[in-house]
Amino acid sequence: MTAAVRFRDLTLGYDRHPAVHHLNGTVEGGSLLALVGPNGAGKTTLLKGIVGLLSPFSGAIERSLSPGEVAYLPQIAEIDRSFPISVYDLVAMGLWRRAGAGGRIGKDERALIEKALATVGLEGFEDRSIGTLSGGQMQRALFARLLLQDARLILLDEPFTSLDAGTVADLLELIRRWHAEKRTIVAVLHDYDLVRERFPEALLLARSPVAWGPTEEVLRPDNLLRARRMCEAFDAHAAVCDEHAA
Amino acid sequence: MYDILIAPFAEFDFMRRALVGMLALSLGGAPIGVFLMLRRMSLTGDAMAHAILPGAALGFLVAGFNLFAMTAGGIVAGFAVAIGAGVVARVTELKEDASLAAFYLVSLALGVLIVSLRGSNIDLLHVLFGSVLALDDDTLILLAAFATVTLLVLAITWRPLVLECVDPGFLRSVSGAGAPVHIAFLALVVLNLVGGFHALGTLLAVGIMMLPAVVARFWAADLTRMIVVAVVVAFVSGYGGLLISYHFGLPSGPAIILVAGAIYVVSLFLGPVGGLRRRFAPGRHLEA
Repeated sequence: MTAAVRFRDLTLGYDRHPAVHHLNGTVEGGSLLALVGPNGAGKTTLLKGIVGLLSPFSGAIERSLSPGEVAYLPQIAEIDRSFPISVYDLVAMGLWRRAGAGGRIGKDERALIEKALATVGLEGFEDRSIGTLSGGQMQRALFARLLLQDARLILLDEPFTSLDAGTVADLLELIRRWHAEKRTIVAVLHDYDLVRERFPEALLLARSPVAWGPTEEVLRPDNLLRARRMCEAFDAHAAVCDEHAA
Repeated sequence: MYDILIAPFAEFDFMRRALVGMLALSLGGAPIGVFLMLRRMSLTGDAMAHAILPGAALGFLVAGFNLFAMTAGGIVAGFAVAIGAGVVARVTELKEDASLAAFYLVSLALGVLIVSLRGSNIDLLHVLFGSVLALDDDTLILLAAFATVTLLVLAITWRPLVLECVDPGFLRSVSGAGAPVHIAFLALVVLNLVGGFHALGTLLAVGIMMLPAVVARFWAADLTRMIVVAVVVAFVSGYGGLLISYHFGLPSGPAIILVAGAIYVVSLFLGPVGGLRRRFAPGRHLEA
């Protein structure tokens, strides 16, 4: 199995303050990895780093995939729900890699879009504007867009927050399917029970990595306690870090 | 009926020219106005119009009442402010509106300083309030060219532009087109404001962009329809305003904007999408 992403002594952050501190490790191709940790542990930051939205302070992120093969689902707040665009058009954006800024959306593409909408259970919602969707329906639409992106590496930032059990079950089924198709999935999650049940591998982050490996071992109480302690308050007068890679 | 609605344009050359000028402004400016409104940048147009004024004034002071000099001055000043503000907003923590405010205030102060050095002002009133009834061939060609460029650029950048509005994060993750598309859009705003100021002056040019866009919000729930409505409203305002100014001897620029304003008030009450009608007479609720 080849590495999908490799972190080499990676430090990421904002305004010189590290949010991810000296991370080493490899996300194997085809793995289903849960990224867990307290608020402010650097989980979202790490995803942004993998997508390439943030440049490392030091160290490196090595990706074996081209940017078009990576799909990123951010937390829902970044979308302007008041923009007058239909569910169909929002989902169709997933074909960007195929159609780009000017490519044709022909018969084949329309069939793909309809299939994706059907897969997430949004048939009949094509012409609705995105402002009329409930939170769960919106997340279904975004998963339909992910389906169309047909990416090898899929990054999900808290995909199940405030969704009902039925929607979570449907979306988990999609993730299971992606996993069976040997895609690599990294998901930020807070529900440890769900992680234990569905994710074979976990990375516990508290700015610095606490544990990375099989989920049962990572989510042990002593690790979780250590993670909470390590995520201490932001220090505006922190000294310059001169720790070297282990 | 013919005498009221058509005769003024059939008989007088300057009325026909004014109408053609308004058609060009409607085709270019109204779609830009719709995007400005949807991106919550309605007041950005206003700020940018202020930024253009000193550039146009500088062109006027250097070369007199010269179409090319004033257009070039306005475009350079507008581009400098728009691109400068856009770059600052993207590379620093400052939000777009704050960085634009900083740039246009500096630009405005600079303009006032330049004007006061020379102190000529009668023709400058012309610049402030426009001269839609005195459009010459060159100006009409310029307005038509601006409208053409606007529609072409919008057609080419449509997908990334819409995506940049709805979900900029997604666009960033799939393509690097976000920043160039945003800057191209700001350039179109400048182009249409400079075009608008030849006809309506710097102060009212924003009106023919924003009022039809705001009206369209009350009549359409879909982007394409919204733009069609905005273009039609802009042109109808131009036509109606010119007629009113002709029959009642009123200044044409304000008449055009006031017709758009009247359509806005009517839409506010009667518009089917999110207007007051829905609020006060919603009708009985549906089954599902």
